[in-house]
Amino acid sequence: MSQAVDAGAAPATADERSARRSALARLLARPEAGSLAGAVVIYVFFFAVAPPFRGLDALATILYASSTIGIPAVAVALLMIGGEFDLSAGVAVTSSALVASMLSFQLTLNLWVGIAVGLLLALGVGALNGYLVMRTGIPSFLVTLATFLMLQGLNLAITKVITGNVASPDISDMDGFGTARKVFAAEWDLGGLSLRISVVWWLLFTAVATWVLLRTRVGNWIFAVGGAQASARAVGVPVRRVKIGLFMTVGFLAWFTGMNLLFSFTTVQSGEGVGNEFLYIIAAVIGGCLLTGGYGSAIGAATGAFIFGMTTQGIVYAGWNADWFKFFLGAMLLLATLLNLWVRRRTEAAR
Amino acid sequence: MSGTTTRAPLVRLTGCEKRYGTIVALTGVSLEVGAGEVTCVLGDNGAGKSTLIKIISGMHQADAGTYEVEGEPVRFGSPREALERGIATVYQDLAVVPLMPVWRNFFLGSEVRRGAGPLRRLDIRFMRDTTRTELRNMGIDLRDVDQPIGTLSGGERQCVAIARAVYFGAKVLILDEPTAALGVKQAGVVLRYIMRARERGLGVVFITHNPHHAYPVGDRFLLLNRGRPLGTYAKGEITRERLTTLMAGGEELEQLSHELEGTAAADAGLGRVAEELEQDVAGLSGEAAAPPEQGS
Ligand SMILES: Nc1ncnc2c1ncn2[C@@H]1O[C@H](COP(=O)(O)OP(=O)(O)OP(=O)(O)O)[C@@H](O)[C@H]1O
Ligand SMILES: [Mg+2]
Repeated sequence: MSQAVDAGAAPATADERSARRSALARLLARPEAGSLAGAVVIYVFFFAVAPPFRGLDALATILYASSTIGIPAVAVALLMIGGEFDLSAGVAVTSSALVASMLSFQLTLNLWVGIAVGLLLALGVGALNGYLVMRTGIPSFLVTLATFLMLQGLNLAITKVITGNVASPDISDMDGFGTARKVFAAEWDLGGLSLRISVVWWLLFTAVATWVLLRTRVGNWIFAVGGAQASARAVGVPVRRVKIGLFMTVGFLAWFTGMNLLFSFTTVQSGEGVGNEFLYIIAAVIGGCLLTGGYGSAIGAATGAFIFGMTTQGIVYAGWNADWFKFFLGAMLLLATLLNLWVRRRTEAAR
Repeated sequence: MSGTTTRAPLVRLTGCEKRYGTIVALTGVSLEVGAGEVTCVLGDNGAGKSTLIKIISGMHQADAGTYEVEGEPVRFGSPREALERGIATVYQDLAVVPLMPVWRNFFLGSEVRRGAGPLRRLDIRFMRDTTRTELRNMGIDLRDVDQPIGTLSGGERQCVAIARAVYFGAKVLILDEPTAALGVKQAGVVLRYIMRARERGLGVVFITHNPHHAYPVGDRFLLLNRGRPLGTYAKGEITRERLTTLMAGGEELEQLSHELEGTAAADAGLGRVAEELEQDVAGLSGEAAAPPEQGS
């Protein structure tokens, strides 16, 4: 196969033409371009209208709010690029937190045991979602809607049976709490500024996902299974493995988010998390992911989550009624979708 | 390569049969293609052309008959196995991902990587450069291999799909209706490309329902009608006119043309369309039969 490739032999014309694509043009062609511009506009806007928004401590709060949406949104974005949805992600966060805390509490085990079981459960739910979607061909929207309802029911019912209550027990004096808190919910004091570890994790997960998407073979496969599944299969991409892996990644980051909540607040409400799956999807879409798959970015999803964090907090800092938040979110979603539509038209119509 | 010294054809099917439930899609079909040869499979819609190539490419298995690759009987369980024997298929839908860059499509499923451990990553520069060079070698000069493949013209996409198969060591290239959706010029580009592949010593199975596309490039013609072979002809044994007549089922065509003339008399517009069509086709086959005129 490999013919000798002499890059130096490329005629000058080819080089000139590729050089013509400036760095700016390349950035504008990226899926996250629109959301980055949007984030700047929104930041400037709240900076102008809400003086409390300007401080560094406000930024730290915004980043924390963003990270709780941003961590699962990274995985949800990967999954959407791979052409699937997961509506169970929001309640899976709560499920893993409930399992980790109640299992350890009831059996008086070290919390790390519960944490591990919670992880297995979250990965298992992801694998089940993926397996059912791939095996039956039923759209992931329906399959994960079913698991969403089942998990929600289990969360409420089992918590009620075990604790007779709607919340999990307080675990702050149990074995392993200190170390687990350091990992999942540490809070650092940087000269009066409190930085939460979940912000660091969020940036790290975003960086890893970006690397995987753009620089690895698996990333290539994710774009391919989302963009044209039959074609990907025909050239030898292991479609089923890629998709099940993506659902499990969502499970993993849902678990991680659950652990962050559990060790930040020491107790979890069994009804929590419902509706959050849409926030993750909205963050991914604002960040440039196409609903139809095959296009998007992890940086975009992070930016989408940051926009979400800025808006929730910004409205509070501006002293407005929080009811305005949903309106803002809807307007931004609409704008982002229109932008995506335009991108898609441009690539498809230019034939 | 193993010890077959006789020049066995790259691919030989004999007495092939395929049923879908009670539907007999193919029966008694034989086909051969050697290195540096183009075998054309012609037939109307539903004649069984796609079924035949699905058997060759390992997607389906024949219910009866033998399949040999370089003289050795084989039974492929999947397209992957056929690919490992050097039999590459360019499907009707091309198997490309429209939103992905040309170079990512070119290497999809066979990505080249460098580095080790967790830093193992795509060798992007190599893949970009290779894609550009390979395409240029086949006479396509793309402005930018980073553009989504969906932005290329139909003919260019077809050529990228073929170039990919050639680059990854295909010995036999199976093309399912590569010219079907193309305009006259674009079809000419693809036909020229098929001849390049033949010059490189590949065996090509070219499926089409257009005898005017098949005749200029084919060495051998297999005609199918409702799953049965109508005959196999070498280039010297048959004229373009005869091929066209056979394709449409002889008398049936005569009948049809009478009918059409009747209609055309009633509807002058239709007649004009038919005439234009004929001219197009004639123009194309002249163009495609000319040797490739690419300079340098
Ligand atoms: N999966 C299938 N199940 C049942 N019948 C099938 C299947 N695939 C093909 N057939 C039937 O087999 C016959 C041959 O089909 P095939 O697709 O091979 O024709 P073709 O020559 O490729 O036609 P076209 O020019 O329209 O592509 C047709 O009658 C078709 O209806
Ligand atoms: Mg067909």
